[in-house]
Amino acid sequence: MTPHTIDVCAVLRSAVNQNYGNLLTRDTGMAVRHQIERELAAHREGGITSLDFSSIGMMDYSCADEVVAKLLVLLQNDDITRGGYVVFRGIGDEHLELVESVLTHHGLALVCLCEDGIPRLIGKVSDAERRAWDMVRLRGRAVPADLADEFGFGEEIVARVLDDLSRRRLIRRGTDAFQALDAGDLVQ
Amino acid sequence: MNVITVPSSLDDQTFEQVLEQLALLPPDARVLFDARFTTWGSPFGLTSLLTLAQTFTTKPQLIVPEKDDTVSYWARARFFEYAADLFEISGKFPAARAERESGTLLEITPVSRSDDVHTVVERIKDKAAHIITQNLHLESRAVLGFAMTLSEACQNIVEHAGRGGWVAVQNYNWKKRLGRHVVQIAVCDAGMGIRASLESGNRRPLTERWDDGLALETAVIQGTSRFPDHGRGQGFKGIRGYLNKWQGKLTVRSGTARVTMVQPWDEDVPRRDGLSHMPGTQLLIVIPEKVEK
Repeated sequence: MTPHTIDVCAVLRSAVNQNYGNLLTRDTGMAVRHQIERELAAHREGGITSLDFSSIGMMDYSCADEVVAKLLVLLQNDDITRGGYVVFRGIGDEHLELVESVLTHHGLALVCLCEDGIPRLIGKVSDAERRAWDMVRLRGRAVPADLADEFGFGEEIVARVLDDLSRRRLIRRGTDAFQALDAGDLVQ
Repeated sequence: MNVITVPSSLDDQTFEQVLEQLALLPPDARVLFDARFTTWGSPFGLTSLLTLAQTFTTKPQLIVPEKDDTVSYWARARFFEYAADLFEISGKFPAARAERESGTLLEITPVSRSDDVHTVVERIKDKAAHIITQNLHLESRAVLGFAMTLSEACQNIVEHAGRGGWVAVQNYNWKKRLGRHVVQIAVCDAGMGIRASLESGNRRPLTERWDDGLALETAVIQGTSRFPDHGRGQGFKGIRGYLNKWQGKLTVRSGTARVTMVQPWDEDVPRRDGLSHMPGTQLLIVIPEKVEK
């Protein structure tokens, strides 16, 4: 699958017609999100999109709430069989705390490809979700039966946790297995 | 003509004296603000004076400070640039020049739209980075939090006030008072105020007691916004988190009350009620220099 990348800074400049690279104010966040939504709509059907924040300068809570949290809520509410997946990239350490706070406020989580290239789960997830997510990430793809022994609970419980993770768009539900969002083409 | 004496030192505490004098007058009284003997004005004092003038139906008069240094500073802070539209000014004052006061991070700047917030943050960022790391000795990551704080504070005007306000940022060396540098941010408007804002969105808590003080706590401490959207109200939470990390002080005044996030270095009180009424919302942030324990 061809990776699709959206440069958030480029979207920002085009959406609000200014040269600043700062994600500030709710109005700005709303304009940026609407444009990202339009771009995502063209790349749905189970595709993975990388949202690149690496050129973003400053960020505030109101804007992060619009661009990150509301976008995730929208994706989660979409039909699981046709909606897309998003991996966030280039969120620097200096913004991580702010983004995590916004996610926690909404009970949301996202997959973030950090500077070291290792995908991480950011936001609010249960211990079971985090463990299962890590297992899928390390394997690249898995079915509940693959994880049941290591997980320590029955296949049924693992299946439920994986279902939850895919519903939250943190792993991808393939035709025959659950897949990590960083699998293959997204990792540079 | 009713004369209101402007205190010699005009800041967030002494501004109450201005409001107390006004409270004794009928709403349509002709007012003269006598600032002849005022020798100092903080960002909060100056922006609040502008904000207050917005609320008069008949332009009040203002006699400018007698002291050259003071009037010159007020001009460099661009106070007269906006005061000229709001007051009938008596006395001479110099035109604002392009040069900046050494401690001024941001001269008095109007805020009414989202674009203004971007402009304010962009204008201040380089100098703020220098002062935060060199004068306040905070870590460089504090710079982004400072921009966030400034942005969220200004957005309160855009999102909730219903009319424009002003922001000003100044660096001081509080040698005598605190023995360290501080940065002050003042964001003031004469809009609907926090109580009316919450009421307009039917966000008043289900309680029999309801006043400006409770409205302030509901908005500032509990993070309730007039908008029902769950994501709202994170701005104040973010500001408080940032200030707690760096021992910064937050004071928000609205209507007849003020709430303060008091830090160990400060002697203020957490809440004051029954103050003289002032329309809108006035916000003061003080970030002190970090001192080694």
